[in-house]
Amino acid sequence: MADRNETFKNAFTRREFLHSGLVLASAAATIPAFLQSSALAMHESMRGLSSAAGIPEDRILVVVQLGGGNDGLNTVVPYGMPQYFKARPGIAIKENEALKLSKADGVGLHPQMGGLKSLYDEGMATIIQGVGYPNPNRSHFKSMDIWQTADTDATGDGWLGRYFDSECCGFGKGESGKREQAMKTASDAGGPPGIAIGRSAPLAMEGRQVKPVAFESPELFKWSGADIHRSLGAPYQQLTRRTDGTNGESNAAFLMRTSMDAQISSEMIRKAVELKPSVAYPGGQLSNQLSMVASMIRAGLKTRVYYVTHGSFDTHAGQGGAQGRHGQLLNQFAASVKSFYDDLKAQGNAERVLTLSFSEFGRRVAQNASQGTDHGTAAPMFLLGPMVKPGVFGDHPSLTDLDDGDLKFKIDFRSVYAGVLNDWLRADADKILDGSFKAVKLMKKA
Amino acid sequence: MPFLTRRSQPVSKSPAKPDAALPRVNTSLSALPTNKFGYEQARHLLWRAGFGGTPQQIQTLVGWGLEKSVDHLLNPGNTGEEPIRPDRFDSSIMRPANEEEKQAYRKAQKAQNEDLVAKFRKMKQEQERKDREQINDMQKWWLKKMIETPRPLEEKMTLFWHGHFATSYRTIENSFHMFKQNQLFRTHALGNFGDLLFGIIRDPAMLAYLNNNQSRKDHPNENLAREIMELFSLGVGRYTEKDIKEGARSLTGYTFKDDDFVFDRNNHDTAKKNILGKIGNSDGDDFVRIILGQRDCAQFMARKLYGFFVNDLPSLERQSDRDLDDGIGTVIHQIAATLLTQRYELKPTLKQILSSQHFYDPAFMGQQIKSPVQLLVGAVRSMTPPTRDLSILNDALDLMGQNLFFPPSVKGWEGGRAWINTSTLFVRQNILAFLLTGKKPVGYDATADTQKYDPMPLLAELEKADPGANSDPSRVTEYLLRLTTGSAPASARDPLVSFVNERGGHITPDLVTALLLLITATPEYQLC
Repeated sequence: MADRNETFKNAFTRREFLHSGLVLASAAATIPAFLQSSALAMHESMRGLSSAAGIPEDRILVVVQLGGGNDGLNTVVPYGMPQYFKARPGIAIKENEALKLSKADGVGLHPQMGGLKSLYDEGMATIIQGVGYPNPNRSHFKSMDIWQTADTDATGDGWLGRYFDSECCGFGKGESGKREQAMKTASDAGGPPGIAIGRSAPLAMEGRQVKPVAFESPELFKWSGADIHRSLGAPYQQLTRRTDGTNGESNAAFLMRTSMDAQISSEMIRKAVELKPSVAYPGGQLSNQLSMVASMIRAGLKTRVYYVTHGSFDTHAGQGGAQGRHGQLLNQFAASVKSFYDDLKAQGNAERVLTLSFSEFGRRVAQNASQGTDHGTAAPMFLLGPMVKPGVFGDHPSLTDLDDGDLKFKIDFRSVYAGVLNDWLRADADKILDGSFKAVKLMKKA
Repeated sequence: MPFLTRRSQPVSKSPAKPDAALPRVNTSLSALPTNKFGYEQARHLLWRAGFGGTPQQIQTLVGWGLEKSVDHLLNPGNTGEEPIRPDRFDSSIMRPANEEEKQAYRKAQKAQNEDLVAKFRKMKQEQERKDREQINDMQKWWLKKMIETPRPLEEKMTLFWHGHFATSYRTIENSFHMFKQNQLFRTHALGNFGDLLFGIIRDPAMLAYLNNNQSRKDHPNENLAREIMELFSLGVGRYTEKDIKEGARSLTGYTFKDDDFVFDRNNHDTAKKNILGKIGNSDGDDFVRIILGQRDCAQFMARKLYGFFVNDLPSLERQSDRDLDDGIGTVIHQIAATLLTQRYELKPTLKQILSSQHFYDPAFMGQQIKSPVQLLVGAVRSMTPPTRDLSILNDALDLMGQNLFFPPSVKGWEGGRAWINTSTLFVRQNILAFLLTGKKPVGYDATADTQKYDPMPLLAELEKADPGANSDPSRVTEYLLRLTTGSAPASARDPLVSFVNERGGHITPDLVTALLLLITATPEYQLC
């Protein structure tokens, strides 16, 4: 970090900094500090100060959250293990139904995941098997919080929020007091560091300093009052961009900051998502979300992390096998990410984008009495994009050596995060994850 | 343990403590002296123990004083509205197929009579479509009820219980069961928490939502037992995984047929269980009784009620009771003690909270983030614009993150700052613009609601107290700011006064509406 700081300081004069504009006011506790530092972080990302040969700059991470606990065993199917069929007489995927994966013996994808299979065949997918964490928690909320905070106590800020914080802190300390100028150039800003599509921002993106922008529908991402009467526009801007009372931890200060953030990001994002996608998408919620992300990438937003969510994967009853409810969810997932990468390829941006998918837990090995599965433990993760080392990573967890009917995890999810942080986002994973997790090496030529 | 080596000195990640100023808040639960109960306090009470009020209602409460005001909210007496009939909604839509129909379907399948199979499937789809329509009607019905009720605290507590015992239509797909559950919450809204807990383990919607109807003696489903302990009564860390397993066994056989609870004796595990150290042949009711006997249960509910009425607190997982500010921790502890001595009766507990000096401390007044329901219902009740199109209001609730009967998970709505992001902030501003003007935001079809809003009655109290003031731009602006947001800082007042003066300074209905449009778009308006 220190070296990059130096490089950075030399790379920019103050004039350049002001000219290239600033960034979002945010919900951070003090706006001025954030404005300064985040702008700098953004420039760093634009400059790509630390590069490895062959890896593109301006890298973007897209997180796909599969909510509700995706059944990993019916996603990446261990058809080579007879115990799988014994444990799941009503819902197992048959060997001849599973989509076989080259260079991977005994495991295949759910038959509804054709889209992901073709990404795999193109060398754009890594499947990491048996991902979990010690003493797994089976509560949706707790386990989701654990994944989002990268902490088994599930306390503190989100892991991506801490990444934003770590990128912005330590820069530009001598540059305070320039907020006014900075605000004037906000329309030149690159974009918020993190965008979540959905009703609310996930805990994963909540940092101490940096808060993500969240929105669901672009048309409603502005005030309608100025359309009702033109004269209202100016006083509205004055009232919603006030700078008094923005400091501190109170709800009132929080609202002041969010209000300002909303004004600045609104214009930028609405312009971006007006762009039509370059390919056809399958439709559905995840598909719409990813198509908007692709448009924002195409519009050149400097956003580093996008977050989308899919599913209700909580298949306690009637989850189905090759057909049925779980299959439909997987189909939407696989088809949507396939279209997303087709779109990015058509734009020429595919190499810049890494996609990571996770769920808060897998499900129990044996099916339950309702032709469904209950909350379990380890499950596979997917990393997608042209820059991943393609293939199946790690061994499938044993179906005989179980922990009270549950899979024993093989890889700690924080090791995957560490790999993404170090090798893709070029950040300091040890610092962000607050502990040392051996980073799994999943990127090409990293 | 692969790859796991923790640093010995982890960087502190404990949740932020509340403001340094907080230790100075008044932590007394004794009643506020009567002479301290003025306009601001009455306004605060109306917003927190209900959905806000008109200037006239605020003045009425000021005239009554604290005790009578709180008593009236808790015991509105016979308010004369029609009771809700149990057949207010259609119970037959999702009636399960009878044996005859099932047989006919199986026969059709077996004979590969595809036309007939398709016909059955279509009937089922039609059933589901009708039921979705009914849940939609029910959402609007409840929203209207909250807007019009003369018993605001009862409706507000019904909403509280809906968030507490969160059950989603999305999972159970039976609108009549959601209605029955809603009535359960309303009946006990200000009653006894124990009665609610006994009621919830007999509630078809909850039994279906948490799969207890699929729980078998030899295959207990742990979902209901887990959520009762984790989310409905004790909180994380106050029980073990074993307690959940044993609790799940005690709840076996608690199921329902059609719309009513049944106890399925054959599927009930009668063997001994050990739940939280209590050994016996417990059934589901014993399970509830054991929980109610825990001090942790009163503590958990005290914190929940406190968060709803007084001051947003992080969830228990984020910040344990031990980590709370000392003063606030003590207050919650005392509320728990009240719950225990009053055997979970809610009225005395709420009376204590709503009358207390702590509740009226300036640190909390105007600092709670309105839930979407609070925002909408409160806007109509306090500024009295036309209610306009309930479908649009209902859509807006969804966009703001509070789709009634569809809480996001069994954990309910997180509330507080989770309501607010850059997106919901715009929806909040825009739905207020719709209420005040009848004009829909872009993205909805263009037809406007033509009912004109007359904001002038809002100024009547100002004129009464200070004749002539309602033609003075700065007096009017200040008055409206205090009415709608509770305060009038210069940074909000000055641009508004300039706006009025630039428009000629005459206080016309259109100008007052314009002022309200601007005020309801301010950050402060999101608070109550």
